[in-house]
Amino acid sequence: MERFEHPSIIRLCHWAQAIALAVLIPSGLQIFDAFPSFGEKVPQKDLFEPPGFTMLGGWLGGALQWHFTFAWLLIVSLIVYIVYQAISGNWRQVLFVRRDLAGVWPMARYYFFFGPKPALHEVYNPLQKQAYTVAIGLIGVSVITGLALYKPVQLSALVWLMGGFRLTRIWHFAAMCGLLAFIPGHLVMVALHGWSNFASMWTGWKRAHDESVS
Amino acid sequence: MNLPKLPTKRTRRELLKMTPLLGAAALFLPSSRDWLLEHGVGLSDRASETTFRSMHLAPTFSDRAVTALDQFPLNSYLQDDPDVDLEAWRLTVEGLVQHAGEYAIDTIRQLPKITQNTRHVCVEGWDVIGNFGGARLADFLDRVGADPTARFIEVSCADDYYESLEMAAARHPQTLLCYEMYGQPITREHGAPVRLQIPTKLGYKQAKYLMTLRVTNVLQAKRGYWEDQGYAWHGGL
Repeated sequence: MERFEHPSIIRLCHWAQAIALAVLIPSGLQIFDAFPSFGEKVPQKDLFEPPGFTMLGGWLGGALQWHFTFAWLLIVSLIVYIVYQAISGNWRQVLFVRRDLAGVWPMARYYFFFGPKPALHEVYNPLQKQAYTVAIGLIGVSVITGLALYKPVQLSALVWLMGGFRLTRIWHFAAMCGLLAFIPGHLVMVALHGWSNFASMWTGWKRAHDESVS
Repeated sequence: MNLPKLPTKRTRRELLKMTPLLGAAALFLPSSRDWLLEHGVGLSDRASETTFRSMHLAPTFSDRAVTALDQFPLNSYLQDDPDVDLEAWRLTVEGLVQHAGEYAIDTIRQLPKITQNTRHVCVEGWDVIGNFGGARLADFLDRVGADPTARFIEVSCADDYYESLEMAAARHPQTLLCYEMYGQPITREHGAPVRLQIPTKLGYKQAKYLMTLRVTNVLQAKRGYWEDQGYAWHGGL
C-alpha cells in the first residue's frame, strides 16, 4: 500500500524553500558579520563573529548578492505555498489548530521520554503540525522583516509597527534563530524515518508499511 | 483526493524526481552562479526603482532623537580628509545643462536652505540619526538649467570616489547638497565642503567631497565606487 501525501506544488515549494534558506541563512550571517551588533556604531560592541564556515559570499557585497537573489525564491515559493494551501484545502493537513493542542504532550512524551505511542489519525501528528506551522510562520516573519529592512523608507509604516529599524533587525535575526532551531530537528526526524519518508517529499508517495511520519 | 495510478517502479521514479538537485548543483559552477546573481540583483534593482515613491518622505526625527556629532560614524573609503582647498573650491557642472560651468559654494548657499533630522542607514547594518542642512539638489539642478527629461546624475569626488543616481532620487525633496551638519559647516571628515545627503538611499550613495556633477541620459561604465565591486546600484531605502 502506498499513500499519497504531498501534492506536486507543495513538494516544489518545499524544495524551493529549502534551497532558499540554505543560501539566505549563511549569506545573512555574512551580512551580520559586517556589523555584528544591534546597538550603536560608535562605540561598537560586537556580539559575536560567526565562524567562517557558516557564512556565504566572502564579503558583504557578495553576501548581499546571494541574499537579494534567493530572497525572490523564498518570497515567490511562500506565496505560491500559501495560496495553494488556502485554495486546495490541503492546509488542514499542516495547520496547527486548537484541537491539536491536546495531542502535543502525548506525542512529545513518546518522542523524548519513551512514552506510549499515541494513536495517529492524520498525516501529521500534533507535534509535527505545531513544528511546521511555526516554521512557516517564521519564514513569513523573515520575509516581512526582511522587506522592512530592505526598504525602511518606502515601508516606513511597517518599520514603525515593528518598533523601529534596530528592533526590525533583531526580529529578522530572531526569526532566523527560530528556523535554525527547527531545521536540525526536522533533518533528524527525516533521517530516523528512513528513505520512503524522505522520498515522499520528492514523489508525493509514501509506502505505507512505514506508517509513522516525520 | 483523486489519486494517481499506483506506481510500480518506485525507487527509479523516486530517484528520477530528484533531478532538480542537478539544478541546485549548478550553483556551484562559477559561470552559472555569476549569471544567476547578476540577474537576481538586477531584478531587485528594477523592483527598487519601480517601487520608489518620489514624493514619499523618509521619516524625520525630533532634535532629542539625534545622535551626537562625535558619535556619528565615519566610513570614508580612502582617507578622512582629501585636502580640499575650501577657499578655491568650485563645483564643476557639466552634461545636459543649460549653464555648464564652475559654481562657488555661494550659489548653493543662496538656494532655499533645508534642515532635517533623518536616519542615515549604512549597508553594513548600522544606522544613526543626524542633523543635516543644505540646499535641495532639485533646486540646484533647476538653477543650472538641467534637462528636465534627463535620467541620471553622476558625481565625482576629491578622493576619487564616484557615484550615480537616477533622477527620481536626485530630485526627491529630501535630497540635499549638504554643507552643514548640526548647524555648523560640514567638517572635513564628514565631506567638506559639500556632500550628497539622501535619506532615501544607503550611505554609499551619499558621496562626500563633491567636485563634479554631470547630468546625463547614459551612465558611464563606472557607475559607483562600491557598485563596481558588487553592491547594488539602486541602494534605495
